Amino acid sequence: MLDQTDGYMTADGRQIGPVVMEMRNITLRFGGVEAIKDISFDIREGEVRAIIGPNGAGKSSMLNVISGFYVPQEGQVIYKGAPRPAMKPYQVARQGIARTFQNIALFEGMSVLDNVMTGRLTHMKTGMFAQAFWKGKAEREETENREVAEKIIDFLEIQAIRKTPVSRLPYGLKKRVELARALAAEPELLLLDEPMAGMNVEEKEDMSRFILSMNDEFGTTIALIEHDMGVVMDLSDRVVVMDYGKKIGDGTPDEVRNNQAVIDAYLGVAHD
Amino acid sequence: MPTDLLYGAEVLLNGLMAGVLYALVALGFVLIYKASGIFNYAQGVMALFAALTLVGIMEGQIPFSHLINATFGTNIHHFGWHVPAFAAIFLTMIVMVGFAILVQRLIFRHLVGQEPIILFMATIGLAYFLEGVGDLMWGSEIKKMAVGLPQGGSLWVEENTQWLGFGNEDFYGFFLDKLDMVATVIAIVLVLALVAFSQYTKQGRAMRAVADDHQAALSVGVSLNYIWILVWSVAGFVALVAGIIWGAKSGVQFSLSLIALKALPVLMLGGFTSIPGAIVGGLIIGVGEKLFEFSFGPMLGGATENWFAYVLALIFLVFRPQGLFGEKIIERV
Ligand SMILES: Nc1ncnc2c1ncn2[C@@H]1O[C@H](COP(=O)(O)OP(=O)(O)O)[C@@H](O)[C@H]1O
Ligand SMILES: [Mg+2]
Repeated sequence: MLDQTDGYMTADGRQIGPVVMEMRNITLRFGGVEAIKDISFDIREGEVRAIIGPNGAGKSSMLNVISGFYVPQEGQVIYKGAPRPAMKPYQVARQGIARTFQNIALFEGMSVLDNVMTGRLTHMKTGMFAQAFWKGKAEREETENREVAEKIIDFLEIQAIRKTPVSRLPYGLKKRVELARALAAEPELLLLDEPMAGMNVEEKEDMSRFILSMNDEFGTTIALIEHDMGVVMDLSDRVVVMDYGKKIGDGTPDEVRNNQAVIDAYLGVAHD
Repeated sequence: MPTDLLYGAEVLLNGLMAGVLYALVALGFVLIYKASGIFNYAQGVMALFAALTLVGIMEGQIPFSHLINATFGTNIHHFGWHVPAFAAIFLTMIVMVGFAILVQRLIFRHLVGQEPIILFMATIGLAYFLEGVGDLMWGSEIKKMAVGLPQGGSLWVEENTQWLGFGNEDFYGFFLDKLDMVATVIAIVLVLALVAFSQYTKQGRAMRAVADDHQAALSVGVSLNYIWILVWSVAGFVALVAGIIWGAKSGVQFSLSLIALKALPVLMLGGFTSIPGAIVGGLIIGVGEKLFEFSFGPMLGGATENWFAYVLALIFLVFRPQGLFGEKIIERV
């Protein structure tokens, strides 16, 4: 068992727990390109952990390794204290790790509610034949899952569009629906790939608020990628900084902000 | 009522019944296409294979008996027992699930992400392979599908619709085939069950998820392989039902696999990805071809049913290439 005393207290008084996810010496290559070079870091229970870095630094690749979409050539993923064998993305999802995508991957043909309901799939246990012959049980399960989905829809303030087909929504709302679907899984670890990319200021503020209260109210552990330093500083407890596939900084926002290597990396690239 | 109108109504009814069956066959295609982007050329042969297997099991035939006899110099053909239809249908379904698993494991798992044309070619190969296996397993003689479906015209319908003629001597009541009527009921139940399955069950929801976006489906914990096996199994079930109905109509023989050709115009009309499209498309084609034959057949030398569906589908393609329920295709520039 992990030591419960292992952790720390944040400035705003939240208790951060032991390590849930540890990436150990991860190296990922695409042909000749090394997208991730021997990176190690960890994520603690209850934390908002950010991964930042310029475009092409390897942030998304790292998230894809955590969620099983990419398989690293070297290194180990240690989840809840045990080394994780090579896994398919759906198996990772079933272990309680939910995610969103940088380029939004929603079920465009389904309504918002149906999308959020798919987030409940890992919680639905009744088998195919049981559903056919034991209607009561299936209905009860459906109702319970529906209640969770509706709660999350309320929480993310998308009640007004619950029946709207996702394909008709504007970009900012799509991002929010994708977050709702991931949150509906009640994940132990939630991975967000640039949840605020392409949003206007108001939408960014909303999204920041949701991320913070998600973490606060549900105690969800969050790892998020953000391009923009400013946003990250407000949201996160600890930050990993990547550049050209290497880790160039790791620590609290203040520590990272004052790290010379980080300053250089950020000055060296044009912001967008 | 004038008799012409009454005959027309009878034709309409027959057309609707044929249409439901077309819809059923088309659904087999739509299910697989939606979930995996594979246009399954083998769907018709699957119906033939399912029918052969069903009859073989019922009659206690020893599978591959010709091969066994040729290899070992034996002379065995039958186990000497008969299996009741219900049990045989159940066993055949197990065979079709086994087939689904093999198809996924041995073929399509290795072709993930390939061009649609390559997937299509693979199903052509599969179709001929399955046809050969069917022959080898069960022999190539024409067999009877004796699962106890009723045959002949329904006297009951005839007697109870005679009054519609209001004393007209020429009208004896509607002539409806009993097998057609039962088949229609079976097909309707199956279509409704499929729709309910895809809308309201966990597996159905996962199936729709896979049909919509693979990445997203993976991220919510859906195994693509599992869903593809499931979809091929459901298509196998649809093929079995179609095989039973067609087999009961015209015997279990190679031509049974041609029912797939009847589904093509339905798909052109309804779109390849729409379940309601397959249903409505099937009905339109069923009714259309029967009414057309009834009205213009004599003028055009008959047998218009052989080509009417295709012509209708072609005309449709020109004006609405995405099908009845497909999204409008707008070229991005
Ligand atoms: N699927 C892939 N195939 C080939 N190269 C990839 C793939 N995914 C990412 N890369 C490469 O890995 C590097 C890091 O990309 P990425 O992780 O997307 O960076 P970031 O998210 O930090 O912008 C880039 O050079 C990119 O081209
Ligand atoms: Mg990225």
